[in-house]
Amino acid sequence: MTEWVDMYRAQLATTFATQLQYRAVLVIWLLGLILSPVISLVVWMTVAASGGGQAGGFTAPEFAAYFLTLMVVNHLTFTWIALDFEYRVRNGQLSGLLLRPTDPIHIDIADNVTYKTITVAIVIPTVIVLGAVFEPAVTITPVTVLAFIPALALAAVLRFLVEYILAMVAFWTTRVSAINDLYYVPLFFFSGQLVPLSLLPDTVQLIGLALPFRWMLSFPVEVILGRVQAGDLITGYGAQIGWIAIAMVARVVVWRAGLRRYAAVGA
Amino acid sequence: MRAVIRLLAVFLRVGILNELQYRTNLYVQLFRSTISLGTGLAGLGVVFSHTETLAGWSPPELLAILGVYFVVSGVLRFAIQPAMERLMEDVRNGTLDYILTKPEDSLVLVSVRAVEVWRLADVALGSVVIGAAVTQMHDRIGTWQVAGFVIAVLAAVTTVYSFLLILTTLSFWFVRLENILVIFQSMYEAGKWPVDIYPAWLRGALTFLVPVAFATTVPAQALAGRLTPVGLGGAVALSASLFIAARFFWSVGLRRYAGASA
Repeated sequence: MTEWVDMYRAQLATTFATQLQYRAVLVIWLLGLILSPVISLVVWMTVAASGGGQAGGFTAPEFAAYFLTLMVVNHLTFTWIALDFEYRVRNGQLSGLLLRPTDPIHIDIADNVTYKTITVAIVIPTVIVLGAVFEPAVTITPVTVLAFIPALALAAVLRFLVEYILAMVAFWTTRVSAINDLYYVPLFFFSGQLVPLSLLPDTVQLIGLALPFRWMLSFPVEVILGRVQAGDLITGYGAQIGWIAIAMVARVVVWRAGLRRYAAVGA
Repeated sequence: MRAVIRLLAVFLRVGILNELQYRTNLYVQLFRSTISLGTGLAGLGVVFSHTETLAGWSPPELLAILGVYFVVSGVLRFAIQPAMERLMEDVRNGTLDYILTKPEDSLVLVSVRAVEVWRLADVALGSVVIGAAVTQMHDRIGTWQVAGFVIAVLAAVTTVYSFLLILTTLSFWFVRLENILVIFQSMYEAGKWPVDIYPAWLRGALTFLVPVAFATTVPAQALAGRLTPVGLGGAVALSASLFIAARFFWSVGLRRYAGASA
């Protein structure tokens, strides 16, 4: 157990030092983080304004609350594993990592957690400023916060696993960016980034039920805003855990198959 | 002007020959453009399933904005962005020497020599979208509107080019600047929607700080017949003065350039 603690501690220190090196990149990243939700927010506040104050059960301040919360949750759950993984496989850097006694996924987990810990210090003030500008309707209560924490944690785990599996496509093709593009389309629509899921056309919502995307982002947002009934809450956690179980198995299967393939290339 | 066209043709041919070696890239690019267009269209669809107009813009008018967004970003990524990236690299490495020793205007040379041909797919798709938007608009589009639209698009491209040239020229002073172009790219996203929907401070930033409004909203207004002659004149005047300013700034920057061997 102490080995694990030591390993994570070492990785945290490394990531921390690396991040502080690239402060200019942080500005760009911040802009990317803010811009897309702010655009959606403005569009839907405008729709609400022209629809007599509300659209699909959301008033303009409720849209603001939704998209600002989504911005935070999206930040806490996003990963950049596809980029890292492609680089590692292409340069053969993975070979070095494989010599270590633990699965390289722990490096990525530690990396992700540290990065989020550092950057949250920027995200929170940003959201507060945007909140002052867009005046969201805050309906957050202690109860919804309590229900939110597990939903967020499960969403982060699920999204990490799904994106990790996709990243491993790099074992088979060295260019993963086209596949990534393809992944971002359903993610954008079915995870609630374009619009709250209840505003999508009914048939589209039905398709979304069969997909994991809602559980990766939208669900915790709906929970903290008090838009999920108590009964649906349990079903939601269940769906998240079920998808995580599937993703964990899939990750191991793909990882093993990929490694065989990687060795075969002769790295 | 003839020299510019001749040089552009030469570099375009070289660019195409180069790209023809990697034909899969064409399919990858087509695939990506289609996905990104599909996403944009679906977004519009969802918005208009909840409202009739967005801040006074009808569905075909917003479709026109989306089309202009694709056309302008296609031109941007086809020629402007690759040229600016190369320029920054050359300033950093000192290899700009090779351009400066050639007997043509150095600004023309740096602006046309790098092209990514398949990015023209965005221009083609965007044009189709604009065409579709026009057929759906209620009023007939007159000759004046078409002329105004073409002028506004040319002004848009000139504005974006001049703006990026000014940013790139800064690399004569600050060597590490690649990221500055990425910032523009992400701000440009906002141009998918008319700037009138944004709150005043953001609208101001998108008009004067980063000329996104001139890149997409103004040409679409021209097409929809909402742009006054004064508005169009303003856009043209802005693009012309920005171009002159950029050219002047370029010559100042060039004097700063020390070169690899100097």
